[in-house]
Amino acid sequence: MTAAVFFGCTFIAFGPAIALFLFTIAREPLRVIFLIAGAFFWLVSLLLASLVWFISVQISNKDSAAQQKGLLIFGVVLSVLLQETFRFAYYKLLKKANEGLLTLSQEETMPISIRQLAYVSGLGFGFMSGAFSVVNILADSVGPGTIGIHGDSQHYFLSSAFMTMAIILLHMFWGVIFFDGCERQRWWAVAAVVVSHLVVSYLPEPAVRGQPGAHLRHPAGDGRLGLPHRRRLPEEPQALPHLQGHRLPACQPPAQITPRGTRSPARARTHTHTHTHTHTRSFPIHLLFKVNVFNLKAAGNSWK
Amino acid sequence: MNASDSEEDSYDERTALVPSENPVLPSYRPEPDLNPPLDPPTKRFGVSGRAGTAPVDGGGGGSDQEADVDEEELTLKYGAKHVIMLFIPVTLCMLVVVVTIKSVSFYTEKTNQTLIYTPFTENTASVGRRLLNSVLNTIIMISVIVVMTIFLVVLYKYRCYKFIHGWLILSSLMLLFWLSFMYLSEVFKTYNLAVDYPTVGVIIWNFGTVGMICIHWKGPLQLQQAYLILISALMALVFIKFLPEWSAWLILGAISVYDLVAVLSPKGPLRMLVETAQERNEPIFPALIYSSAMMWTVGMASPPEAQRSGQETDEEAEQSSRRAEPENRQSQLFPEDDLEEDRGVKLGLGDFIFYSVLVGKAAATGGDWNTTLACFVAILIGLCLTLLLLAIFKKALPALPISITFGLVFYFSTGFLVQPFMDNLAAHQFYI
Repeated sequence: MTAAVFFGCTFIAFGPAIALFLFTIAREPLRVIFLIAGAFFWLVSLLLASLVWFISVQISNKDSAAQQKGLLIFGVVLSVLLQETFRFAYYKLLKKANEGLLTLSQEETMPISIRQLAYVSGLGFGFMSGAFSVVNILADSVGPGTIGIHGDSQHYFLSSAFMTMAIILLHMFWGVIFFDGCERQRWWAVAAVVVSHLVVSYLPEPAVRGQPGAHLRHPAGDGRLGLPHRRRLPEEPQALPHLQGHRLPACQPPAQITPRGTRSPARARTHTHTHTHTHTRSFPIHLLFKVNVFNLKAAGNSWK
Repeated sequence: MNASDSEEDSYDERTALVPSENPVLPSYRPEPDLNPPLDPPTKRFGVSGRAGTAPVDGGGGGSDQEADVDEEELTLKYGAKHVIMLFIPVTLCMLVVVVTIKSVSFYTEKTNQTLIYTPFTENTASVGRRLLNSVLNTIIMISVIVVMTIFLVVLYKYRCYKFIHGWLILSSLMLLFWLSFMYLSEVFKTYNLAVDYPTVGVIIWNFGTVGMICIHWKGPLQLQQAYLILISALMALVFIKFLPEWSAWLILGAISVYDLVAVLSPKGPLRMLVETAQERNEPIFPALIYSSAMMWTVGMASPPEAQRSGQETDEEAEQSSRRAEPENRQSQLFPEDDLEEDRGVKLGLGDFIFYSVLVGKAAATGGDWNTTLACFVAILIGLCLTLLLLAIFKKALPALPISITFGLVFYFSTGFLVQPFMDNLAAHQFYI
């Protein structure tokens, strides 16, 4: 099941981009090089934006959630602006390298036109942006865990995959429009790219603000989505919310897993019914809980 | 397991010369009147890289005259193709290492065993002590490498070819048989497959024997390339397992610096080796350089000297023990298709190994894919820049410094700066 989700989301996120790469770019070495250079430029822009954000977080009030949120939005805006700046810088670099390429190829015309460069550089930006956004989520989707078990949205993986695909294709389009705008001095096109990038980056925010679903409570993931975070062990059961006994259906206890020895279902049922709220964490619910946590813990142990 | 002798040999062979030699050799032909480009010394396998330069000059000069301009053009035209021809094996090697690290937990288990080259443990209480131990480990490792390189230069100078031959064969024997057996057994353990010893024996025997033949004698190009990638990956995995954390990063940095010094400074051991090989006009030993020539004629006997062109790399490796490329070149005087056949770039296996160590360590620590991706892109861009410089300067250049510097910068910055940022963004589903 998890393998299906993993492959499905991977192909959703990267399918069109990989198809574009295979059919139009893979055969031409020069285009591949410029694609990777585009990816590198995006990476550098992200690095700078993260640096600024990190410094701003360090000097801010870490306890105030609103301030952190504000800083994050500032970070997003800054990152978008830096990405577009680096796109412009890449454009300038490519223009400057025109003569060099002409000399290298000893031909009258350039081996690669500025439009092709716009396309591959946009796709390079897109690949890197998409990969950075989604690859950790994909890695989490392989592992044991249940998405949405704590009440969050079950469609986190799918929506992330679709969003990534959209972002990759958008970066490619933005690259083409941006370079064309720079070539023909159409600055409104460049401005449109920047504005639309800002809009797209900020877009999910209002949509998810009201929903408890897609919004992780703790940014780094503490198992709240039902996933063992790649870098942390899930919290001990005591820290997780107290489950209401009546919310879960009475189910047959998995007799083979009980740590306290097997109990008959009948006895367990009476156990649940006759005890108060505080005892709802008994068998079988407690065991379900334990089993789940055990799985998470085991996964967490094998995780780094 | 402390390093055994064979591992020492292998280590020495592979790593001692690796940093110093920079086997990035483009197949550019120099102008006849230009100084012959130094063959990029094969990093590790010192002798291999160097010997090829000498013949290059002599033969190259004569034949080059008529095809100077054509050669330049064609050389430059294929520059991008060479870059891709190196991107693919480097990517494959890194991919093998990363996939192994992520799936086989053996290579990331904490172990108290270390190589004897890094005797100081990092399990100390204080940060200062740990840093001190790492620095000491690095100093020891780099000294061993320097000593081994100088030893090889001395051996080569005094023509102890048999010794070098034996050393290389012993190293590749150890890699191909013992390390691959270890790898296979760990893979079986990970996937809980029960395989009997006779089967494993047959598999390892076949794998190793074909590998020895392909690498040291003759074989199909792609099979040889595959074997070189595999043994580089195996060696990188050994380093990832047995080098302590901080020491590994310091060693990577120090080796890039040493590489730079050894190849570019006038008294550097690698440079001396190259010059000696040039003086003697000698072929190279079947060293472990990855060669990616476009066309490969298999099984052609090669005359002992390769006088040839500026294609350092191709010629060097080819020599007596290897493939037919030099022959090809020598026979004709550069008709167009021959020029195309000659194109090929070489990169020393040491570069492969240290690139893979960097990416593998990024994958092993933190379990975070963003860092791994960032290091991967950084290394590829570094390689691209190095090849660009190679095209400009047309002489042997160290392949480690730029890539490793980018890789280290991106590893630490992605790990500490970008990752929290991306985590926060993912939590709020911002897509930038």
